[in-house]
Amino acid sequence: MSGSRERDEHSGVETTGHEWDGIKELDNPLPRWWLWIFYATIAFSVGYWVLMPAWPGIHGYTHGMLGNSARATVAQDLKDLATQRGAAGAALKTASLQQIEADPKLQSYALSVGQSVFADNCAPCHGQSGTGAKGYPNLRDDVWLWGGKLEDIQHTITVGVRSGDPDQRFSQMPAFGRDGMLQPAQVNDLTEYVTALSHRTADAAAVARAAPVFAQQCAACHGADGKGNQAFGAPNLTDADWLYGADRVSIHDQIWNGHGGVMPAWGHRFDPATIKALAVYIHVKSGGGQ
Amino acid sequence: MTTVINTIGNEAHKRAPAKGSGPSPAGGQPGGLYKKREPIYPKLVHGKWRTIKWLVLIATLGVYYLLPWFRWDRGPSAPSQAVLVDFTHARFYFFFIQLWPQEVYYFTGLLVVAALAMFLVTALFGRLWCGYACPQTVWTDLFIVAERLFEGDRNARMKLDAAPWSFDKAWRKTGKHAVWLAISLATGGAWIFYFHDAPTLMKQLFVGQAPMTAYASAAILTFTTYSLAGTMREQVCTYMCPWPRIQGAMLDDHSLQVTYRVDRGEPRGAHKKGTGWEGRGDCVDCTQCVVVCPMGIDIRDGSQMECINCGLCIDACDDIMTKVGRPRGLIAFDTDAAVLAREEGRKPDYKFIRPRTLYYGVTLAVVSGIMLYGLLTRSPLALDVIRDRNPTFVRLSDGDIRNGYTLKLMNRSNAPATYRISFSGVDGARLKAVGAPMEGDSIDVALGPDGQRSLQVFVTAPAPQDERHSTPALFKINSPAGEAVKKTVFLSGDEGHGDEER
Repeated sequence: MSGSRERDEHSGVETTGHEWDGIKELDNPLPRWWLWIFYATIAFSVGYWVLMPAWPGIHGYTHGMLGNSARATVAQDLKDLATQRGAAGAALKTASLQQIEADPKLQSYALSVGQSVFADNCAPCHGQSGTGAKGYPNLRDDVWLWGGKLEDIQHTITVGVRSGDPDQRFSQMPAFGRDGMLQPAQVNDLTEYVTALSHRTADAAAVARAAPVFAQQCAACHGADGKGNQAFGAPNLTDADWLYGADRVSIHDQIWNGHGGVMPAWGHRFDPATIKALAVYIHVKSGGGQ
Repeated sequence: MTTVINTIGNEAHKRAPAKGSGPSPAGGQPGGLYKKREPIYPKLVHGKWRTIKWLVLIATLGVYYLLPWFRWDRGPSAPSQAVLVDFTHARFYFFFIQLWPQEVYYFTGLLVVAALAMFLVTALFGRLWCGYACPQTVWTDLFIVAERLFEGDRNARMKLDAAPWSFDKAWRKTGKHAVWLAISLATGGAWIFYFHDAPTLMKQLFVGQAPMTAYASAAILTFTTYSLAGTMREQVCTYMCPWPRIQGAMLDDHSLQVTYRVDRGEPRGAHKKGTGWEGRGDCVDCTQCVVVCPMGIDIRDGSQMECINCGLCIDACDDIMTKVGRPRGLIAFDTDAAVLAREEGRKPDYKFIRPRTLYYGVTLAVVSGIMLYGLLTRSPLALDVIRDRNPTFVRLSDGDIRNGYTLKLMNRSNAPATYRISFSGVDGARLKAVGAPMEGDSIDVALGPDGQRSLQVFVTAPAPQDERHSTPALFKINSPAGEAVKKTVFLSGDEGHGDEER
């Protein structure tokens, strides 16, 4: 335009020179309140630099006059948490598993601790509600590979299964078929035998043929009657619960390939009180296993 | 008063664009959007209604300030405060009543009762609540007492405000505000006593050990009392409060309201002593009804939104009528219908029972009755049953089905009690709860006074032979104090299903 800016004749405000479809943009100033907030944020940021850790340097960073540190805040928060949990948290450390379970207040505290720890750490394998999946034991029923008493559960959590921990729970199901320890026909016969063990109809001839094989190869862990042995983590083959599937194909697969799961040793991650709470949680939610 | 809003078409803009100081044209004239408050100097009045108002003021404030200090023995398990909102332990105590969070519906009921009572009173007698019992009215009244104490009555106050600053004016004003603040502090302070054991909190307050929320609440209440009753006063009623608008809907021609009896008062005018009253009304236009009005209105303009029905103008007018030798009651609690009737030469009839009042009254009675019944038949023991949803059921190694339930047991009494839990509806069902003793086919749970416990209960039963997957069942708890029953279901799945997956 020519030197002086154009003024809008109605409002007396200068225009910016922008025009769209005959509508001219007025050069109104920013609202005063907006400007003040803007200035305030600038002032705030200057104060923040001075008071709080802000600038990176070569040998470290500026610490700020308040000496604020996120690490110290976390440490304080953890301390406060311990204070907050107070008596219940302290009792969890000293009380025995049975005492925790028998005291309503302590039990309810352990259950809430156990629930959150379980959801964060155990749920990926055992499921949110502990019902497990194929190959991952169901923790809500009455079947226990390594024992369902409070101490058994506590121990399993602490040392894990095939975890590499020196005290680990260890069991091994050989791959009888894959490793050529048994003939394919023998594996077929054993499948019938195991099916018969769990009170289902099976080929009687095959069962008879497999009896000596079972006694020789399987009874050492699963017992002569097939009822399993919690000392070796050997499952009971006579009940209705099947970790790797109940149908013949699954049973055959298990004898042929010999699957076995792994559970981490949580003793390296959790303090004893947390493991106690977790053991109580699992025990209570399973209906108090034996 | 600068830079309000750049309103297009405002005359001021055309005349004075950009007044040097800033690029923005000074917009809006003072008071463009809001009417400036005209100060109101209500004059002290004596009379029947004023006396009632004093009594209500003393009663309501007395209840408010003293109630938290009433003690009520509840045994060692609960605080011995008669009225207490205990947030920490989630209890509400009101004399013999003790409410748990699950029973908030009593508060809902109370609000409904309060609303209905207000509807009924308003339909019958107009805005009595506003004029007499509303906290805004009561505290404003109290503040005006303090104001009068330091600055004198109406005329003195007007003179003082108009006068230039002097030592006299300064100390009067300071004194007034100091007393206002003291009342406000007492008000905010009394509020927090409802939420904590009062004597304990009182000590804590003075040694600086009370919770931050207590100080903050007291501070907020102090500020609101001071600003609402001290500086805002009738503006709260006129501009902020929704009730005047809502209450208008409950009024009709038969509602008793503070009314200037036009039929008797007009034509008004000054009256010389000794002259007759023929051919003129009783109103001598002394404006005493206006100067005593805390809302600053003229009742002779007819019933209006601002009027809070406090009746102070009645007292003022009665006083004048006595002096000029005319019958009292030129301004009185009266109905529009009555005024109209007299104007038309009929005898007014007062209808208190109308469809509207009948409806409000009956509804009020019904709701109050339900509330009362609920309170009287309230059981001290309560049971909630929450079914485990994941898993819905578990198949055990012997093929039996097990369902899990979380039972919430509540003992809402002051005595310890043992509750016996039993289950029925499913054949061969066995109960089990970890950490609670079994007795035959039931579980015993001991609960302390005012105690609650949530208990994981498992029910095991043989898998049903028929197709039924959901069996109706019943949890029952028995105690010397009575029994509670909760319906639930026992779930089971297809034979073999579920096992295949695991």
